[in-house]
Amino acid sequence: MSVRMIADKTVKIVLFTSAIISIIVVLAIGFFIFRESIEAWTKLGVGEILFGAVWRPGQDQYGILAMIIGSVSVTFGAILLGVPLALGCAIFLAEIAPAGVQAVVRPAVQLLAGIPSVVYGLFGMVILVPLVRNLNVPGNSGYGLLAASIVLAVMILPTIASIAEDAIRAVPENYRHGSLALGATKWQTITKVVLPAGKSGILAGVILGVGRALGETMAMIMVIGNSVIMPKPLSGNPLTYYLSQARTLTGNIAVEINYATGVHESALFATGVVLFGLIMIVNASARWIIRGQKFVEKANEEQVC
Amino acid sequence: MLEERLSEIAFFHKAQAQSLKREHLRQKIWLGLMWLVGLITVSILILVVGYVLVQGGKAISWEFLATSPKGGISGEGGISTTIATTFYLVGLTLLIATPLGVGAAVFLIEYAGEQSISSKFLRVVIGVANFAVEILAGIPSIIFGLFGYALFVSTLNFGFSLLSAALAGACLVLPTIIRTTEEALLAVPDDYRRGSLALGATKWQTLYRIVLPAGLPGIITGVILSVGRVISETAIFYVTLGGSYHLPNSIMDGGRTLALHLYYLAMDTRAFDKAMGTGAVLVVMIILINLLIDLVSRKLTAGVRKVR
Amino acid sequence: MKSNKKSILLVVSFLLIASLVAACSGTSTPGAPVSDPAADNSTITVSGSTTVQPLAEKLAEAFMTENTGVRIDVQGGGSSVGVKAAGEGTSDIGMASREIKESELAEFPNLEIFVIARDGIAIVAHPDVSISNLTVEQVRDIFSGKVTNWKELGGEDQNIFVVSREEGSGTRGAFEEMVMGEDALITSSAILQPSNGSVRTTVSTTPYSVGYLSFGYLDDTVKSISIDGVAPTEPNAADGSYPIVRPLNMLTNGEPTGNVKAFLDFILSEAGQKLVVEDGYISVK
Repeated sequence: MSVRMIADKTVKIVLFTSAIISIIVVLAIGFFIFRESIEAWTKLGVGEILFGAVWRPGQDQYGILAMIIGSVSVTFGAILLGVPLALGCAIFLAEIAPAGVQAVVRPAVQLLAGIPSVVYGLFGMVILVPLVRNLNVPGNSGYGLLAASIVLAVMILPTIASIAEDAIRAVPENYRHGSLALGATKWQTITKVVLPAGKSGILAGVILGVGRALGETMAMIMVIGNSVIMPKPLSGNPLTYYLSQARTLTGNIAVEINYATGVHESALFATGVVLFGLIMIVNASARWIIRGQKFVEKANEEQVC
Repeated sequence: MLEERLSEIAFFHKAQAQSLKREHLRQKIWLGLMWLVGLITVSILILVVGYVLVQGGKAISWEFLATSPKGGISGEGGISTTIATTFYLVGLTLLIATPLGVGAAVFLIEYAGEQSISSKFLRVVIGVANFAVEILAGIPSIIFGLFGYALFVSTLNFGFSLLSAALAGACLVLPTIIRTTEEALLAVPDDYRRGSLALGATKWQTLYRIVLPAGLPGIITGVILSVGRVISETAIFYVTLGGSYHLPNSIMDGGRTLALHLYYLAMDTRAFDKAMGTGAVLVVMIILINLLIDLVSRKLTAGVRKVR
Repeated sequence: MKSNKKSILLVVSFLLIASLVAACSGTSTPGAPVSDPAADNSTITVSGSTTVQPLAEKLAEAFMTENTGVRIDVQGGGSSVGVKAAGEGTSDIGMASREIKESELAEFPNLEIFVIARDGIAIVAHPDVSISNLTVEQVRDIFSGKVTNWKELGGEDQNIFVVSREEGSGTRGAFEEMVMGEDALITSSAILQPSNGSVRTTVSTTPYSVGYLSFGYLDDTVKSISIDGVAPTEPNAADGSYPIVRPLNMLTNGEPTGNVKAFLDFILSEAGQKLVVEDGYISVK
């Protein structure tokens, strides 16, 4: 009997240890990345790094503003292109498609999520970059925000679509019946009843998509050109902003970490800290919104009861 | 007078009918658009996967699969060692992550609701652990790479090696394994646990003999998902694995996975045909993994139905 | 069915225990040297410059066919990393494709430097570019962004796309030192690529682009441009008429011993230097 109890206790301790591993890993990630970046923060100053427009390690200039703007621009482009597609896909899967079609489209979306990012990058390099280069604008090399945004849009589509689909499915069936009974068409029901009811879940999906976009690395290196410049329109047309080359925070780290020593290396870890912070903010807001949604659902249920 | 009124009513009805018609037309257009979106999504997949498979298929031969890369500036040789290295790394990563992930999930689910945990400490720990898993799930892979580089490669002096890469990779897949295992355990009916405990089994016996076997398909799904993530991951291994194309002899040697090889081929050697071939091998692996997950989850639901 | 599940479970729980043991033993002795390069000489790790990497890979293959039982792992990383890896002992041999800086010698005073070859840096352009000769000043103007159209140099009316290497790259360091000089900086709108190979890929696929490459990476996918009428070829570099030449170094921390010494001796031997020349580099003999 006592042997069994001891075994029970031991198992509990072992399981407890593995449970706190994830806590340890998160703390260790924060600790090591921050520790390595301290040299840069203290030697260069926080403002110098965050708002410095010039990144020239050879000249001891380590401003990452251009990379922050690059990351934000490419994410914005991906959201602009990807969200309508992802939302449409979610509505289609949840409300419109017959079961047979769902059985084709849903695995397709899942498979899109599973394809390695280097494969998207390769596809971008071989197909998209030459296509973009055909746009006849002086200074357009093909590499740049547009190609990167398109690649990224495809990569975040599955994330947003699957979360949004769940959110739409979570809207109680009564809502739809009620709306249809009042004489609304199916499309009116979807836009006026279902989407507003699932809004926060959908928004959370979009925000998680933003997080994914900010974090993508290899595909970005392969198509964005990696120039350390503030992106700017190539001609009078402001749309040519997206033909400009750029560099993302993630790309800055991956491309240079193997080349860096001393303050340069530390500044790359500082880039990591900024990226980490951005992602934390984005994911926390998604969490907050989802929690709000659950709260609303619960409130609704209680009302019904 | 009456006529006037009648015509007014008729007009009103007509207007209403027209607006209804318009509404239906709008619905038709929009629903059509949604069908188009679904079609576009499928076509994107077919375009990307199809292009890579067709172009890559041309490069793939038995020789390509079975010879090792020769290095050099134009990407000579095949991909045999990178396939082997991919499997080594997947194995090592999961060897580290699976027990930890399953253990963590078991603790978070099976011990969280335990009455005897009245101590506030444990409850707080469980709350924090759940939060930590959520954070981990959102961290971009390059951050895991940086972390692995700082801790395993430099500080612990493991160098660019399978071990460094697998430890960093384990951080990446840990949340996947924990979450899927948790879901699987939650799906196991509580009656099973009560029945076992009532028969005098200890908690561990109940877990080992009853709960874990019942949740096994779910756990396996999590592991297969993780296999897919390690196969496709590049950023982490780009900064922790070194990139030598030789077959690693021990876990302290560096290496090159398929995804990494694809990156080097495309970027460094311009051997786009071989890069496509490598991409095709990767895509086929991912498709197989998706099919496998489908199969397991189908078994899972079938099992649940049988239980009911 | 049931026993099947049980056996899977048994395997899983075995893995659990095994990995916990492994994890414990791994983390409890972080200070212990995991691969002491001096003690275990049958595996030599070489890391650093991506310029030297393909040459080192080739030399390693040749050395390994003669000395079975020795294994040489060649990894990239860049020149700065090569210096650091050799200095800190994380690699047996570091590779650097530029001169070693004073600051680096101060940090790692024990570094032994072996010049294994000399290498020219060629200016390369996309094959569409009609210009085939430039002066050093013109090259400087192109890369600093002063000249942005081929027309200004007598070529097509097309924008110039400058392709450069990352900061920290030895090729970039040598190029900056020998071409750009003290004052001129490489334009920030340059497309930056992380290796010689990716510069070549980008230049060969982007019309009207220009970049710089180690001689070892030259092939017919890019057009190499003469400097002051001298073509970037190995004989021209060897006799000193081609101006942009830098040393390729291998570094060890202290006097090399055992297989490391044997490998370096092999590289500097006649057979080794023959391979150097075969790959388009300049022999040091």
